[in-house]
Amino acid sequence: MVLSQIINALQLGSIYALVALGYSMVYGIILLLNFAHGDIIMVGAYMTFFAVTNFHLHPVFSVVLAVVVSTLLGVLIEKLAYTPLRSAPRLSLLITAIGVSFLLENGAQMLFGADTKSMVQTPLIKGGISIGSSSISLAAVITIVVSVAAMLFLTFLVQKTKLGKAMRAVSEDMGAAQLMGISLNKTISFTFAVGSALAGIGAVLHIGSYFQASPMMGSMLGLKAFVAAVLGGIGSIPGAMIGGFAIGIVETLVTVGGLSTWKDGVVFAILIVVLLVKPTGILGKPVTEKV
Amino acid sequence: MKMKKIVAMLMAGAMTLGLMAGCGSKTPAPSADPGNTGSAVEEIVVALITNTTGDYAQYGIPVHNAAMLYIEQLNAQGGINGKQIKVLEYDDKADGVEAVNAFNKACGQNISGVIGSVLTGATLTLADATYEKGVAQITASATAAGVTVIDPEDPDSEVRTNVFRSCFIDPFQGEKMADYAVNKLGAKTAAILLESGSDYSEGLTAAFEAKAADLGLEIVDKEAFATGDKDFNAQMTKIANTNADVVFMPIYYGEAGLAITQGRQAGMKSVVMGGDGFGGIKDYASAEDLEGSVYCSGYAPGTESVAQFEKDYEAKYGEPVPNMFAPLAYDAAMLMCNALKAADDKGLTPGTAEFQAAVVEAMAATTDVVGITGTYNFDAQNNPIKSAAILQLQSGAEVFTELY
Repeated sequence: MVLSQIINALQLGSIYALVALGYSMVYGIILLLNFAHGDIIMVGAYMTFFAVTNFHLHPVFSVVLAVVVSTLLGVLIEKLAYTPLRSAPRLSLLITAIGVSFLLENGAQMLFGADTKSMVQTPLIKGGISIGSSSISLAAVITIVVSVAAMLFLTFLVQKTKLGKAMRAVSEDMGAAQLMGISLNKTISFTFAVGSALAGIGAVLHIGSYFQASPMMGSMLGLKAFVAAVLGGIGSIPGAMIGGFAIGIVETLVTVGGLSTWKDGVVFAILIVVLLVKPTGILGKPVTEKV
Repeated sequence: MKMKKIVAMLMAGAMTLGLMAGCGSKTPAPSADPGNTGSAVEEIVVALITNTTGDYAQYGIPVHNAAMLYIEQLNAQGGINGKQIKVLEYDDKADGVEAVNAFNKACGQNISGVIGSVLTGATLTLADATYEKGVAQITASATAAGVTVIDPEDPDSEVRTNVFRSCFIDPFQGEKMADYAVNKLGAKTAAILLESGSDYSEGLTAAFEAKAADLGLEIVDKEAFATGDKDFNAQMTKIANTNADVVFMPIYYGEAGLAITQGRQAGMKSVVMGGDGFGGIKDYASAEDLEGSVYCSGYAPGTESVAQFEKDYEAKYGEPVPNMFAPLAYDAAMLMCNALKAADDKGLTPGTAEFQAAVVEAMAATTDVVGITGTYNFDAQNNPIKSAAILQLQSGAEVFTELY
C-alpha cells in the first residue's frame, strides 16, 4: 500500500509539474500568467481522443498529433491574443488570458459537446505491474518516466542551447536582449511552443491515465499547476518541477491521512501561505523593481 | 466604439429592469384584458429554466430537450383546451442567481408555471423565489430533500407547497441502496466514496449511513474527492485495502467510471453500488471492471413504457436518450401540463395569481397520473411515490433487473 501510494503521489505530481512548467516558462519570459494553459491540455486530450476513437489512428500517431496540435495552438494564441498586447499594461494581458481560457472552454463545449468523452474501451496504455502485494498501473510508470525525461530535456534546452540562452536573456531584460540582436518575436513564440508542447505531452499522459476528455478538465488542473508553479517559485524551471511534485505528494498525504475531503482546501491554503510568507516561492528570485 | 457603448448600456438597462420587474402576478397583467374571462388568452406561458451551457450542461441539455419534446407534441395535438403552450427558455448555467434572474424575467410575461431547474444547488435557490410568489415549479432532476421542504432535518418542517419533482429524493436512494446491500447482497461492511461539497453526493451518503447503522452494515472507510478531480488513486488504494463487501459511490458516471477503474487497478474486489448518477456508466469503465455493479434509477432504459419516447427523442435530436434526466423531464413537463389543464378547466385566465394558485393545487392533487417512468402520486412533501428500478452492469450493458 505504501508503495502504491508513493507511485500515486508521483503520478499526480508529474502531471502537475509538466503543466506548472508551462506556466513558469511563459511567466518567466513575458510576466504573463497564461491561464489558458490548462485549456491547451484539454484540447490536446480531445485530439488524442478523436485520433484514437474516431480516426482509429495508431496510438503513436495520436500522441504525435496531440502534441503538434497543442504546440500550434499555443503559438497561435500567442500570436493572436498576446503579441498585440505586448506593450499594454500587464493587467490587460492577464485578462486576455482569462478570456482565451473561457473561449477555449466554451468553444470546446460547442464543438465537442458538454459531456465527458471516455476512451476507456480503447486505452492508450494498458496493463500493470505487480510488485509484492501492490499492483502499479503501467500508465502511472510511463507518466512518471516521460515527465522526468521531458523535464531533463527542457533543462538541457534552456541551459545548453543557443535558443535557451536567448530565452534566458529575454527573461532577464527584454530591451537589452533585443539590443544584442535577439529576435524577441522568435524567442517568445519558441517559449510558447515549448510550453504548449509540454502541455500536449501532459494531455496525452492525462488521457492515458484517466481516459477522459471534457471541456472543463483544464480549469482545475490548471489552477493546481498554478499553485505548484507559485510554490516552486514562478519563473523558475526547477521550481515548477519541485512545486508540482510537492503538490502531488501533499494531496496524496492528505488523503492517506484520512482527510480526503480537505484535499483541495489544503492545496489552496498552501497558495495563500506561500503568497503571505514567501511570495517568490521556494526557488524564486527576489524581485527588484527596476527604476 | 460609441455604438458598442450604447448597446452595452441598453443591455445593462434591460438586465436591471429584468431584475427589478419581480413577479407581477398580484396585479392584473397588462396584456390580459381584465374584462375578459380567460378564453381570450390564446396561450399558456411556462418558463423552462435549465443549464444548457456550462459545467453540467450534460444534465441540463437532456432536460431541456425532453421537456420541449413533450410540449411540442402536446401543442401539435392542439395544446390545452385549444390553447398553445408557450415556453420561455432560459439558461441558468447551473447557477442559482441566474435561475432566479430568469424567473423574475419570466414573471413579467404572465407565466403559469416553472419547469426547472436541473442541478440541486440552482433549484434550491430558485425554489425560494417561486415559493415566495406561489408559482408552481417542478424539477426533473433536483434530488435533495431541501428542494420541497424548508428544513430537511426537521420532520415537521414547512413544505414548499408549490415545488414538486418527478425524480427521487437523495435520502430515498441512499436508504434503498443500503437496504439492497444488506438484504440482497448480504453485505456486512461498506466503504463510501463521495464528492465533497456536492449536495447530491452528501445527501445520499447521509441517508446511506443512517440506514446502514439501522441495519448493522458497518462503514469501514469514507473517502472524498473534489469536483473536477480525475485522480482518485490515493482514495481507491485506501478503499481497496479495507476489503469492504460493497463500495457505495453516490457520484456521477464520469467520476464513478474513473474511480472504479482506478479501484480495480488497486485491487478492489468489492461490489460497487451507485445512485441514479450512474446512468450511462457503461461507456466510462471497461466491462470487466464494471461487472456486477448495481445502481438504482428512476428509469429503466429500453422498457416498454419509454420505447416511444426514446424513438421520438432520437428522431428529433439525432442522438439516443443520454440519461434518465430526459425521461424524467418528459414526465415533469407532462405533470405540469396536466396541472395547467386542470386550472384552465376552471375557466381562469392563464398568468393570473388565481390561475397560478390553481396550478399548484392541481399539481398537489395529482393522482395515479401515468408517465413514462412510472405512475405518479405525490406524498405530503411533494415527492413522487414510485419504486426504484435496479440496474446491474452485465458484460458492459446496463441491465434492468427489478423494481425494488
